[in-house]
Amino acid sequence: MLIDHPLLGPRDAAEFVILGDAGLIDRPDWQAEDAARLFHDYQHLRDNPAGGHRELWFHEQGDRSWLVVTRNTVTHEIVKVELARDVAIARERDR
Amino acid sequence: MRYSALQILRQGLTGNRGWKPVWREPDPKPHYDIVIVGGGGHGLATAYYLATVHGLTDVAVLEKGWLGSGNVGRNTTIIRSNYLLPGNEPFYELSLQLWEGLEQDFNYNAMVSQRGIVNLYHSDGQRDAAARRGNAMLLAGADAVLLDREALQRKCPYLDFDNERFPIKGGLYQPRGGTVRHDAVAWGYARGADRRGVDLIQNCEVTGFDIRDGVCRGVETSRGAIGADRVAVCVAGSSGRVMGYAGLRLPIESHVLQAFVTEGLKPAIPGVITFGAGHFYVSQSDKGGLVFGGDIDGYNSYAQRGNLPTLEDVCEGGMALMPMIGRARILRIWGGLVDMSMDGSPFIDKTPVDGLLFNGGWNYGGFKATPASGYCYAHLIATGAPHPVAAEMRLDRFERGAAIDEKGAGAQPNLH
Ligand SMILES: Cc1cc2nc3c(=O)[nH]c(=O)nc-3n(C[C@H](O)[C@H](O)[C@H](O)COP(=O)(O)OP(=O)(O)OC[C@H]3O[C@@H](n4cnc5c(N)ncnc54)[C@H](O)[C@@H]3O)c2cc1C
Repeated sequence: MLIDHPLLGPRDAAEFVILGDAGLIDRPDWQAEDAARLFHDYQHLRDNPAGGHRELWFHEQGDRSWLVVTRNTVTHEIVKVELARDVAIARERDR
Repeated sequence: MRYSALQILRQGLTGNRGWKPVWREPDPKPHYDIVIVGGGGHGLATAYYLATVHGLTDVAVLEKGWLGSGNVGRNTTIIRSNYLLPGNEPFYELSLQLWEGLEQDFNYNAMVSQRGIVNLYHSDGQRDAAARRGNAMLLAGADAVLLDREALQRKCPYLDFDNERFPIKGGLYQPRGGTVRHDAVAWGYARGADRRGVDLIQNCEVTGFDIRDGVCRGVETSRGAIGADRVAVCVAGSSGRVMGYAGLRLPIESHVLQAFVTEGLKPAIPGVITFGAGHFYVSQSDKGGLVFGGDIDGYNSYAQRGNLPTLEDVCEGGMALMPMIGRARILRIWGGLVDMSMDGSPFIDKTPVDGLLFNGGWNYGGFKATPASGYCYAHLIATGAPHPVAAEMRLDRFERGAAIDEKGAGAQPNLH
């Protein structure tokens, strides 16, 4: 697989490590009433879809940036690559 | 028909005209007591033990493809009970004991071969860990022998004992471990269940559940709706997808694991060798092919095929362990979907939906579990209570802080 890094262009996926579902960006509020349940779900439960999946990849053997890659888990086709930083900032703005 | 040497003789003398299809191909009935979703090893074993142990035969197994088209026919066939933790080891030891009596029990040749399995160690620290694991195995009634370098050298002289990075100091040996002919396991359980009246329904994909007021009353399928008092899901790599139809999210990710087989070679590898440090394991099939594999590819996948960097990585592990493997030519490679869980251990449990049960999270190691998984799942379905050896394999264990994490890798499925 080739990951089209927004800053560096197409890079071999072997240069990256994958953390998992991009939902991991959305850490729950630790002060919420039901924080224990929220953190359980955040840490352990996954949508695990067959099809489009947004996921976090780390460019370990490159510029060490975190990316949000939108990839099809049935075909392995990569349809979109964003800097995780941009995604996180945009989410903050939406709150 | 009962299979025996006499039967082979009789059929041979009468032109082999008496052999019958091994199972019927019934159309689904509108309703069953129990519907099992997934005709892999675990689904078929569950049906078999429901019939033989609990006398329940108003049962259907629904399989979206053909019986055994999933991982039960794609794995590298290793069986063992060399786990460490109390939530796992008694379960896998029960499984190994069931393997030992399986062929007599279901009257089918599954080629269960207890040729032994050895896990290598490379340092004093790893030797201590191997000794501890061996003791845990002995406590659970399994067998374990700590081999030093000399003893291992007598078994496998061709290993690269003086490897610079991972010199081989010995291994933890389980003589009762080994390999089994995987397809025959599916066929044997299928035949045994069918003979007792279980309907095995192929090309029947479950596409939804009939859930009303929090109670599951049946399934929707590509061959119409089928009612059921209890619906027991065991679809391995498709767990997330299928339980998603019931609105449940699981502590599971689907990944792809590849396997590799070389051309047939003269006997060289006596049992199973696992080289954890190099992410490589190998055995030799009865036809002579070296059967080997390593890590999962690492990213979520439902593709049933992997990528080449993993092949390269696995082959590097093989070269580091036994340089002679470089002469062998790979004949076939394939991949299967594995249901990687958050702690590397499985689930056999009820769900928040009444009448809907779940079996999954087998990671890359559910083949060896097939007999015990079926046995314990049947027990749960029939009695409503978990079998004692599977009592820890619960969906709520993370909430309770009771993960069964053999590796201590944490909630990171691709590291288990
Ligand atoms: C390459 C590889 C090597 C492995 N090596 C080993 C090993 O050496 N030792 C070991 O112990 N384990 C090994 N495993 C793991 C082991 O194969 C699995 O954990 C185990 O087979 C899973 O249980 P099963 O047999 O029931 O799964 P499967 O055979 O995959 O059964 C699940 C079935 O459910 C069906 N299904 C899915 N969705 C639906 C639906 N919607 N409706 C109806 N049916 C559906 C599928 O078609 C499939 O037939 C390996 C796995 C792989 C991929």
